[in-house]
Amino acid sequence: MSAAAALPAVPVSGCGDAPVLRERGQREVFCGLTGIVWLHRKIQDAFFLVVGSRTCAHLLQSAAGVMIFAEPRFATAIIDERDLAGLADCNDELDRVVTRLIERRPDIKLLFLVGSCPSEVIKLDLSRAAQRLSRRFSPGVRVLNYSGSGIETTFTQGEDACLAALVPEMPAEPGTARSLLVVGALAEVVEDQFLRLFAALGVGPVRFLPSRRASELPPIGPGTRYILAQPFLNDTARALEARCATRIAAPFPLGVEGTTAWLTAAAQVWGTPAARIAEAIAPAATRARAALGRIRERLDGKSIFFFPDSQLEIPIARFLSRELGMKLAEVGTPYLQKHHLAEELAMLPAGTMLSEGQDVERQLDRCRAAKPDIAVCGLGLANPLEAEGMTTKWSIELVFTPIQGFDQAADLAELFARPLVRRAKLMV
Amino acid sequence: MQLAVWTYEGPPHIGAMRIATAMEGVHYVLHAPQGDTYADLLFTMIERRSKRPPVTYTTFQAQDLGGDTANLFRQAVLDAYERFRPQALLVGSSCTAELIQDDPGGLAKTLGLPIPVVPLELPAYQRKENWGASETFYQLVRACAGPHVPAPGTRRARGSAPRCNILGPTALGFRHRDDVPEVERLLETLGIEVNVIAPMGATPADLARLGDADFNVVLYPEVAGQAASWLKRSFGQNFTTIVPIGVGATKDFVAEVAQLAGVPAATANGTLRLPWYSRSVDSTYLTNKRVFIFGDATHAIAAARVASQELGFQVVGLGSYSREFGREIRAAAATHGVEPLITDDYLEVEQQIATLQPELVLGTQMERHVAKRLGIPCAVISAPVHVQDFPARHSPQMGIEGANVLFDTWVHPLMMGLEEHLLGMFREDFEFNDGAQPSHLGHGAPSQLGKEAAPAAQPLPAPAAVTPHAAAGDPSAAVIGTLVVAWGADAEKELKKIPFFVRGKARRNTERFAQERGIGTITLETLYDAKAHYSR
Repeated sequence: MSAAAALPAVPVSGCGDAPVLRERGQREVFCGLTGIVWLHRKIQDAFFLVVGSRTCAHLLQSAAGVMIFAEPRFATAIIDERDLAGLADCNDELDRVVTRLIERRPDIKLLFLVGSCPSEVIKLDLSRAAQRLSRRFSPGVRVLNYSGSGIETTFTQGEDACLAALVPEMPAEPGTARSLLVVGALAEVVEDQFLRLFAALGVGPVRFLPSRRASELPPIGPGTRYILAQPFLNDTARALEARCATRIAAPFPLGVEGTTAWLTAAAQVWGTPAARIAEAIAPAATRARAALGRIRERLDGKSIFFFPDSQLEIPIARFLSRELGMKLAEVGTPYLQKHHLAEELAMLPAGTMLSEGQDVERQLDRCRAAKPDIAVCGLGLANPLEAEGMTTKWSIELVFTPIQGFDQAADLAELFARPLVRRAKLMV
Repeated sequence: MQLAVWTYEGPPHIGAMRIATAMEGVHYVLHAPQGDTYADLLFTMIERRSKRPPVTYTTFQAQDLGGDTANLFRQAVLDAYERFRPQALLVGSSCTAELIQDDPGGLAKTLGLPIPVVPLELPAYQRKENWGASETFYQLVRACAGPHVPAPGTRRARGSAPRCNILGPTALGFRHRDDVPEVERLLETLGIEVNVIAPMGATPADLARLGDADFNVVLYPEVAGQAASWLKRSFGQNFTTIVPIGVGATKDFVAEVAQLAGVPAATANGTLRLPWYSRSVDSTYLTNKRVFIFGDATHAIAAARVASQELGFQVVGLGSYSREFGREIRAAAATHGVEPLITDDYLEVEQQIATLQPELVLGTQMERHVAKRLGIPCAVISAPVHVQDFPARHSPQMGIEGANVLFDTWVHPLMMGLEEHLLGMFREDFEFNDGAQPSHLGHGAPSQLGKEAAPAAQPLPAPAAVTPHAAAGDPSAAVIGTLVVAWGADAEKELKKIPFFVRGKARRNTERFAQERGIGTITLETLYDAKAHYSR
């Protein structure tokens, strides 16, 4: 395909007011603790201490795979029977554990006490513990708290809770000078690409939340315009607005179309002329379209079914349907935040089946009935569905892989093309 | 509270899942918060199972924590029964549900299901995975076989051929899949019929038939010991106490089984190669290689015997995370003349490995990583393990083929004998030096160069103040007493000429030697004086 090939004609779109199937039942999803697995790599001077049970520790080591051995900056303070029986005061125990940890790891500048289901159920007040420990260890170490418990958070909502806890720590920006805050953990390569594009668009200064170091949090004030890079940042957005920052509404920077609209939304706030926007974006967008064109042949007309996982499902479904010609059998999301997804929903093909929440057995029945060409699901379901003859794409990779921006658009498409190519190749 | 980065065992409900997943016709309804379904992927990914584990989780959320979690649980039980129609149902709580104090057993009983409903009491804040597996298996065996227990004093009727059950193999068990056929082969040679294998592949109906066997073969005491004791009390079935890992243990196991079955002992040794491989001259270099062993009690104790009696290694450390088997571990350590290490804190294990500087580590996935960090060869002998230790090929630990597998697996990470010899001869060789990997490990493996930091010129912080990982990271961090030992340039250079696989030990010995004599700077003379002093 030529690089200049325009986007295909898209069917009538708009799911803004479409009905959503809301289900309750068994949910096959991760809890928010899982966010630690990528957050601890992102914020290089932070340590994450989960206060929970052996199950929490086991989950983290299962999710972290081999990363647990590369000087991990996370651990679990495992509650035991003495803590529950009141033989040991939970707060004293926590202080003891934290003191020992900070002695051992003098490099820690920020410590997150991360709440879990057990700590929430026994009503252990970790926010007060964080304040107390902050006083004790200041100025060397700040101690913050958020909850990554399964009863309150699903998978990527752990990042939301973590960033929301960082917002009050951001220094105040004096005056009303405009700055752009990009919110949501992105791979460093993606951050750097966006910085270059924003510079070409005349947008700046640009800062990121989370910053690479907790000790260098970006300042915030009435001049701050923030734009979400991830769709799951409900509480963080609210906290930013409480500090007088203003949101720039945009679809999410996935695919050529999403990235273009996302960058354009920011550039328009800065008053960049349309001609300059087109000029700044053109090289990367053209390159990305050409790369996508090669993958489109493999995905065009194929149907896809999303099980809920990360809240990335709707933007990715939008990208796959509009830029690669895929048909959406069902798009499931653990939580549908209509306000932040308004632009995305408007771009979905009309009549797309949306579902929020999950009853996993019923959803599996629907998936089998739909016979999609590819099902996007978690690792607990992927192999069993493959054994039933279905092609799957495991969804966690969409969170751990750089997928945003022009130069990752083809990588994102490739993630879905590869399982289909593999199925076609294997002859035994 | 206990600070943990790594846990050798999961919580006890994971053990219950391992039993339910191993069996057919059993379903487990687990009262648990959203997120606990992560456990499914241990089975679907690490073990590559093609079916979801037979577990329904209630996955309650904060909004459910009013009064209707009990109702949620009841509904989950009814839905699971309707959908899966199991022959038996396990019900229980995960750690969080234990705190909200719904009573799964009582709630399920009120539903009047027409199948056995087995409530599991698994104290998540005191016990761990293997205990959970053992307790679950015991409760299931009791529930299914209990109704068939004969009246006291009933004499066992003997069939024409002796029959036994094989107890213990589970889902997510280290090499359980391949151990079972090896043990079946040993029994077949003796003319013993296998009545039921459980939990792996068994149904509740099979468990009901357990009493039909003459005795029980216990492959993994961590899982099946408790059930076997109950079967002995209820049905008068004796059970085996020897685990057939290694040549000697296999022979002893066969003798024990033959005695229980009342038949003459016989083994088909046709394919047994370990003894000859171990006697062949290339294996001479294995003599007294210092090995550190850690794992579950069964595998660690078995490995120590194989290492010392069948490969001629010297066991310098033996330990286990199986606290329930402390007595057995202590007894085994005594026979090898080493201090037992019973801990579930991997930092203690790491410290011990760093101190002992063994030439080979046999352990779990965790020791594999510790050994990698310390640059010591390592092989895996016990769970917890990663996906590569659920191999496609037949790879037992038990019986005849198991012994062959052990030889290959443990020797592979070490140098080939001749290669090791050449390293000693040509240690300054431009192509053939410490930086060069063992040829059989290919070029992808990390180089040994730069593994040794420069000698410490100032005292390092006391162990309490170092990071958990750095504690073991720098082999030159030996500050004994108050005197800091420095290395002279010549001695440092000479140390580099010692093959890397014994260099850590040489460094430590020399430093200790210097300390004891109040020598502040290690010279060439000191190095060789120490070598002479410690030479065995």
